[in-house]
Amino acid sequence: METLNSLTPELWRLLLAIIGIVVVVFGNALVMGYLERKLAGHFQCRTGPMEVGFHGILQLIVDGVKLMGKQLVVPAQADKKLFMLAPMLSFAPVFLPLLVIPFSDKLQGFDLDVGLLFILAIASINVLAILVGGWGSNNKYSLFGAFRSVAQNVAYEIPMLIALLAVVFMTNTFSLRGIVEAQNVWFVFLQPVAFLIYLVAMVAETNRAPFDLPEAESELTAGFHTEYSGMGFSLFMIAEYTNMFIVCSIATVFFLGGTSGIPLPYFEYTGALWFFAKVYLLMFFLVWIRWTYPRTRFDQLMNLCWKYLIPFSLINLLITVVVVKL
Amino acid sequence: MNTDVLQDERHHRFILNMGPQHPSTHGVLRVLLEMEGEYVTELEPVLGYGHRCHEKIAEYKPAKSFMPNTARMDYLGALIYNHGYAQLLERAAGIEVPRRAEFIRVIVSELNRVQSHLLWLGAYLLDLGAFTPIMYSFDDREQILDILEDITGSRLTYCYMRVGGVCKDIDDKFVSRTRAFIDRLRSRYPIYEELVNGNIILQKRLKEVGDYTPELCARYGVTGPLLRGTGVAYDLRRAEPYSIYPEFDFEIPTETRGDSWASYNVRYREIEQSLRIIEQALDKLPEGEFLAAKVPKKLKLPAGDYNSSVEAPRGELSYYLVSDGSDVPYRLKVRTPSYSNLSVVPEMCQGMLIADVVTSMGALDLVIPEIDR
Amino acid sequence: MKAYFTDLFTGAWSLIVGLKVTFKALISPVVTVQYPRVKNEVTPNYRGHIDLVKDAETGSHRCITCGSCMRECPSGCIVVDGEKREGVKGKALTVFTLDFTKCSLCGACVEVCPTQALDYSQEYELAGSAREDFHYDLLKRVEERE
Repeated sequence: METLNSLTPELWRLLLAIIGIVVVVFGNALVMGYLERKLAGHFQCRTGPMEVGFHGILQLIVDGVKLMGKQLVVPAQADKKLFMLAPMLSFAPVFLPLLVIPFSDKLQGFDLDVGLLFILAIASINVLAILVGGWGSNNKYSLFGAFRSVAQNVAYEIPMLIALLAVVFMTNTFSLRGIVEAQNVWFVFLQPVAFLIYLVAMVAETNRAPFDLPEAESELTAGFHTEYSGMGFSLFMIAEYTNMFIVCSIATVFFLGGTSGIPLPYFEYTGALWFFAKVYLLMFFLVWIRWTYPRTRFDQLMNLCWKYLIPFSLINLLITVVVVKL
Repeated sequence: MNTDVLQDERHHRFILNMGPQHPSTHGVLRVLLEMEGEYVTELEPVLGYGHRCHEKIAEYKPAKSFMPNTARMDYLGALIYNHGYAQLLERAAGIEVPRRAEFIRVIVSELNRVQSHLLWLGAYLLDLGAFTPIMYSFDDREQILDILEDITGSRLTYCYMRVGGVCKDIDDKFVSRTRAFIDRLRSRYPIYEELVNGNIILQKRLKEVGDYTPELCARYGVTGPLLRGTGVAYDLRRAEPYSIYPEFDFEIPTETRGDSWASYNVRYREIEQSLRIIEQALDKLPEGEFLAAKVPKKLKLPAGDYNSSVEAPRGELSYYLVSDGSDVPYRLKVRTPSYSNLSVVPEMCQGMLIADVVTSMGALDLVIPEIDR
Repeated sequence: MKAYFTDLFTGAWSLIVGLKVTFKALISPVVTVQYPRVKNEVTPNYRGHIDLVKDAETGSHRCITCGSCMRECPSGCIVVDGEKREGVKGKALTVFTLDFTKCSLCGACVEVCPTQALDYSQEYELAGSAREDFHYDLLKRVEERE
C-alpha cells in the first residue's frame, strides 16, 4: 500500500486494516444473517423474510434496530457485572484473528509468524465468555448450556489443532501467508482426511448444529443466552457469525488454497474475491448442515471426538510426518 | 442409562422444573426433575394445567350435544374421538348405522390417524433439533386437512359424525382427491426414509433410549404404538373389532426392542397401513344412506352402563356411560390413552440424561389436553 | 472392531444422503402462499359462523321463530325471539343474535332447523378488538345482504 504519510506508514496501514475488519465483521453478520434465514426458508420449502425491502434484504437492519431498542433486562439475583461482561467478552476478541488472515496477496492486516497459534488462542476466549454468561444468568438452564459448551469446545480443539498441524508439517511454517504461498496443489487433495476432521471440529467449535447443545432450544430453552435480550443477544450472535467466518477462513487458507483461483486484473487485491467466494461456500455448507441434521446427544458428541476424530487425526499426522521425512 | 448415580448422596441434587411452558412438552405439562448433574434421578409430572371439566360438562348436556367436546379433548385425533362417542350412543340407543356411513367413518378416521402421525413425526424431530422434517410433514398434512375441510368444514376440531352416521356425504371429488393424496404421500416416503430414518445421528439418539418392557406396560395400562413397540401385537381394531374393520386387510406393525426407536418405527409403519385401509375402503365403497333414518331428536338412552372402545392414534380410547334413562347422561368417563402412557415416565426415566428424557417423552406421543380433559 | 468401521461408513453415507434431500428441497419451488397478498380459495363447504339464508323467491329469511336452534345449541349462543304480528302466521322474527365467542361450530342448529333457514358462511378473516365484535345480529345481516 502506498505510504500516505512517511512518518508512520505501518500505523496508517494497521488503522486502515482495522477499519476494514470492522466492516467485514458487521457486513458478514448482516450478509450471513440474511443468507441463513433465506436458506433456512428454502430448505424448508418456504420463503424466508420477504416483507422488508425487496425479498427481505433490509430485514437484518430492521432487526438490528429492534434489538438495540429493547430493554436490557438483568435477572434478579444475577451477578450484574458478570452478566453484562459476558457478551462483551464474547464480542471483543473476534476482531483480532481477522487481522492475521490473508484476504489476498496484499490485503492482510499483519503477518505473524505464529499466525495459526494466535488465532486458536483467541478463539478459545469464546468458551470463557459462554461460561461467564451461563453463570451470571442465575438460571439453571443457562448453567447447563455453559457446562456443555466448555466440555465441547475444550474437547474439539484437539482434533482441530492436530488436523491443522498435519498441514503445518507439510509447509514448515505457522504463518498463514506462508501456507497460502506453499499451496501449488490445494491441500484438500493432499490431506483429505485432515480436511474432513477439520470440518467436523469446525462445526463443533462454533456451537452450530448438529453440535449446538449449548443453545439447544428444545431441551434447554436457549441455553446460555436464555436471559439475554436486545443488545446482549445480538452481540452473542455477531460473535457467533464472526467465529464461523474465522474458522471457514482458516479452512480456506489451509486446505482450499486461500486466494488462488483464476487470475483477475489487479489480482493482488481482487484475489480477495476468490477468498470470499470460498469462505462463503463453506459457510453455505455450515448452514446446510444445520438445517438437515438433528442434534447429537452430549455423550455421543464427546464419543465422536475422543473415539473417532482424535485417533484418525493422530494417524493422519503420523502418516504425514513419515511421508514428509522421506 | 446410569443406575449408579441413583445411589449417590441426595444433597448433590437439585430440582429442575420443565415448566408448563416448554418447547418440548407438547401442551401444558409440567415435569419436575430431580437431577444429579446431567442425570435425572426422579421425575414427577404435574398435571391439571389444562383441565376443562369435560366429563362434568357431559353430565348436564343432552348426550347428543356433547359431540363437539369430544373433538376438543384430543385435537389431533378428533374424528376418532367423534367415532368412539357416536358408537357409544348408538350402542346405548340401539341405532344401526348404514353401511356407507361406516365406510365413510373408517376413511376419515384413518385419514385423521395419518395426519396425527405426520404431525407427531415433525414435532418429535423438532424436539430433537432437526428443523426441516417438520416442514415436510406439515406440507403433507396440509393436503389431508384440505381434503377433510371439503367435506367436514373444519380443519382440526371436527364435529362430523352424528348418531347413526355422518352429517354430510362424500362425493367423487373427495374420492379422487384422496386417491391422489395416497399416491403423493407414497412418493414422499424416500424423503422421510433418507433424511430421517436412515440418519445416523437420529438412530443413535433413539436406539436404546427409554427402555420399557411389556410388564411395565401391563402395570400401567399402556396401549397403542408404545405397546406394539415391545412386541405385543395388541390393536383394538383386531382385538375388539368395531365398525367394519374386520373386512380390511392390514398388518399390525410391531417391533421387539421396546425403546424410542421401536415406537418411532411402529408409528412410521402405521402410516402405510392406514393408507392401505383407506385404499381398500375406497375400492369397496357402497352406495346408500349416510345417516340412519329414524334418529329421534331427543335421544333417550335406556338406563344402564355402556362402553365403547376405539383405537386412537395414541392408544386405546374408551368411553363409559352410565345412564339413568333420560337423555342427559348420569356419568361419562373418558379413558384417554395419553394418561396411561404418561404414567410410565417416572419409572422409565430414572437415571437418564436430560436429553434422553426429552427423547423418550417425545416417543410417547403425548397430547396433554387429553390427559387433563 | 468391525462394528466401529461399519458404523463410521454407513453413518457418513447416511449423512450425505440426508444432505441430498435438503438440497433437492432447496432447488424446488416453495409451497408458501404469501397471504394476504395472495389468497387461497376457500371451499364452499367451509364452516364459518352461521347466517340466515336469504330465500331467492321471497327475498327475505325463512325463519319461523320456532326456537329449535336455540334449544339444540350445546353452548347456548343463539337468541331467537319474535312477536305476534297480524297477517303473519305464527310469530314474526324480531331478534336473532349469535354469540360467536361461544359457538363450537357443531352444526346442530343448521341441521335441526325445519325450514333450513340457517347455513354456514365462509367468513374466516375475523379479527376484532372487543368481544362485542363477535356478537352478530343475524337478522340485520340478512336484511343488509343483497
